[in-house]
Amino acid sequence: MKKAISVTVNGVVHHQDVEPRLLLVHLLRDVLNLTGTHIGCETSICGACTVIIDGQAVKSCTILAVQADGASVTTIEGLGTEANLHPVQEGFWEHHGLQCGYCTPGMIMAGAQLLDRISSPTADQIRHGLEGNLCRCTGYQNIVEAIQYAASKAK
Amino acid sequence: MIPRSFEYSAPGTLDEAVALLQKLGSDAKILSGGQSLIPMMKLRLASPPHIVDINRIPGLDYITEKDGFLRIGALVRESDLERSELVRSRFPILVDTTSVIADPLVRNQATVCGNLAHGDPANDHPATMLALGAIVVAVGPRGERDVPVENFFPALFTTALEADEILREIKIPIPPPSTGGAYLKLERKVGDYATAGVAVQITLNNSGACTAAAGIGLTNVGFTPIKAVKAEAFVKGKQLDQAAVKQASEIAAGESHPVDDIRGPADYKRDLVRVLTARAIVRALERVKGGV
Ligand SMILES: Cc1cc2nc3c(=O)[nH]c(=O)nc-3n(C[C@H](O)[C@H](O)[C@H](O)COP(=O)(O)OP(=O)(O)OC[C@H]3O[C@@H](n4cnc5c(N)ncnc54)[C@H](O)[C@@H]3O)c2cc1C
Ligand code: FES
Ligand code: FES
Repeated sequence: MKKAISVTVNGVVHHQDVEPRLLLVHLLRDVLNLTGTHIGCETSICGACTVIIDGQAVKSCTILAVQADGASVTTIEGLGTEANLHPVQEGFWEHHGLQCGYCTPGMIMAGAQLLDRISSPTADQIRHGLEGNLCRCTGYQNIVEAIQYAASKAK
Repeated sequence: MIPRSFEYSAPGTLDEAVALLQKLGSDAKILSGGQSLIPMMKLRLASPPHIVDINRIPGLDYITEKDGFLRIGALVRESDLERSELVRSRFPILVDTTSVIADPLVRNQATVCGNLAHGDPANDHPATMLALGAIVVAVGPRGERDVPVENFFPALFTTALEADEILREIKIPIPPPSTGGAYLKLERKVGDYATAGVAVQITLNNSGACTAAAGIGLTNVGFTPIKAVKAEAFVKGKQLDQAAVKQASEIAAGESHPVDDIRGPADYKRDLVRVLTARAIVRALERVKGGV
């Protein structure tokens, strides 16, 4: 049986009737057409699908849309604007924190949460803080530098 | 990868949840962090007809110290544990454990109680809870009962919980002074389950000998989490010098029952238990003396 849910995504309230088995990532991508959130592994490993729900960065392929009923979700589309990038987005731009870009939305969401918890992380803390996000291209070094840039920018 | 269809309920109280579980029997599965259950449903290794989501029940996300126990409520996430001042200062072994479970994103959702309720011998908290002598508080239609964690894992992927019971709380006895503990795990890569893991908790008496309170638990080297009772009995009353540590670690290795799999051959894992036990005892001793 479908369930009526209301979820705030990037500040906009959405009322939807969804099957309980619908994963949050599919609500975002297929129902709300917010395709910035990527699907990589589908098996809770890669973190490409990371979004922030009520302040917590989670893998949206491993949470049901019905669990987000009443919650506030931020996706990559809602983090900054093209004119006014979030410091982490700006860091990725300045430090070339991406190559193919597949992991990037998830990496940036996880990076934003990391800086919420630790305002001036060490390189080691950044690496550990991004353990749930895999990148096949960059070798991570520029991603660490991008987060460091964002940390110093936010000061 | 999409789960099979199921019915979904999100009760607002424990009583409602228990009543629902009683009505639905084995058709229902409890959803807490969902970090084991949802992946299994996506892979269709599990297809429960009814999900009872307990995340909407208020008042279950506490970490408190009361009546001689550290109490961890059903909705405490791994990341809460990691950030709790109480846990960081009094139970570094729990910080050791939670920080090697999965990754920060999974830890934002995964619950400590779910880590036990899942009954997976590869999970990390069971060994630590065995070493700490924890007690599981289960609530069901017949009321509440305490289950010592050493009786909680009767068989592979099986726990002492009835289908209509909820693991409401984990109680860990507050250790006496001169106690130290540590959890060490070898993983092939970040986010992997343990090739082997060892938890050690020891208390020293005035003359520096180990008291009867010693606890040693082993991860992923058998069909259930293992309490290394022979090694525990061996260290009791002993001064833990190099020779005693060596012997204790050999005894613990003998109590493990690993099998060959993708994480390595059984002999290798057994030897790993020996190495990790010795290191965990040494780390625990350092912590008795106030080290980190
Ligand atoms: C990529 C990845 C890597 C992981 N790596 C590790 C690791 O290295 N070490 C490790 O220990 N774990 C690991 N896990 C598992 C993770 O810690 C799980 O979250 C945990 O095993 C289950 O907790 P949960 O709260 O998510 O429970 P759920 O997934 O919600 O439930 C698991 C099972 O327990 C039952 N259950 C849950 N809560 C209760 C309750 N309160 N009362 C009664 N029954 C209940 C459910 O019905 C279900 O059968 C990993 C998970 C992922 C996705
Ligand atoms: S798609 Fe969600 S973790 Fe990979
Ligand atoms: S930039 Fe290609 S996967 Fe990270």
